[in-house]
Amino acid sequence: MEKHLPCKEFVDTISSYVDGDLSEELCAELDKHLSECDNCRIVVNTLKKTIDIYHQQAEKEKAPEDVKDRLFYRLNIEQFRK
Amino acid sequence: MINEESEPLNLKKLQSGDPEELTRMVQQYSDPIYRVALRMLNNQAEAEDVLQETFIKALRSVENFEGRSNLSTWLYRIAVNESLMVIRKRKPEVSIIHNDTGDEDNEGVFVSQVLDWCCLPESEFLSNETRSILNDAIQKLPENLRTVFILRDIEGLSISETAQALELTETNVKTRLMRARMRLRDELSVYFGERLSEY
Repeated sequence: MEKHLPCKEFVDTISSYVDGDLSEELCAELDKHLSECDNCRIVVNTLKKTIDIYHQQAEKEKAPEDVKDRLFYRLNIEQFRK
Repeated sequence: MINEESEPLNLKKLQSGDPEELTRMVQQYSDPIYRVALRMLNNQAEAEDVLQETFIKALRSVENFEGRSNLSTWLYRIAVNESLMVIRKRKPEVSIIHNDTGDEDNEGVFVSQVLDWCCLPESEFLSNETRSILNDAIQKLPENLRTVFILRDIEGLSISETAQALELTETNVKTRLMRARMRLRDELSVYFGERLSEY
């Protein structure tokens, strides 16, 4: 009988899977499981999307200019000259 | 998420107090350090304080920096520690007391939401409302899961760099990362599931 990973076991390794951090053998086993299990495929896709959205939102985010001005004023970098 | 196009910093110049090199260091790292503090604290004034304290500490102690980790990892570590100190100093009535540390050995990874919301229009993911939902969701995480997620998935550090910055083992980072990601995925699935029903 062909062996299938139960979903519970799969869920525990999903994070390493999306990082590409699993052995080739386990990765292939999970790929096969994903091709057969809609729920697990949805979890993988929405997990990837979750990470992607957070990363994308942060990419555009910079410290405001007035915050940087106050930072340099407070640091007074010249005082650290040896 | 460091700007990797910048010319690498010269550690010897930093350690000798070269003002131009110190200025470059602050310019290169002020955005990521501010972002980390803001994600940790969800408060702009506190994030600004952490930004300032991080660089004051860094400038004072860079001459003792031994280079066992990257300069960026070292700065992130200072910023995370400063942020955690702010959280601990908050008045008891406004701090959320968690029994949930995110580190319980018996904590399984649960999946309560299985809805495919990836097909929503891209504009849904970039809206101000979504930004607010993302912030709220991350604030619900216990601090030890939040720090790992911020450094690894938002700032893009490797597992190894995250482990160095937080002085954790890589196994511990992976476990916390998995828990943080799955909790956030579940939270977002509730919100985007509702959005999905409007299409």
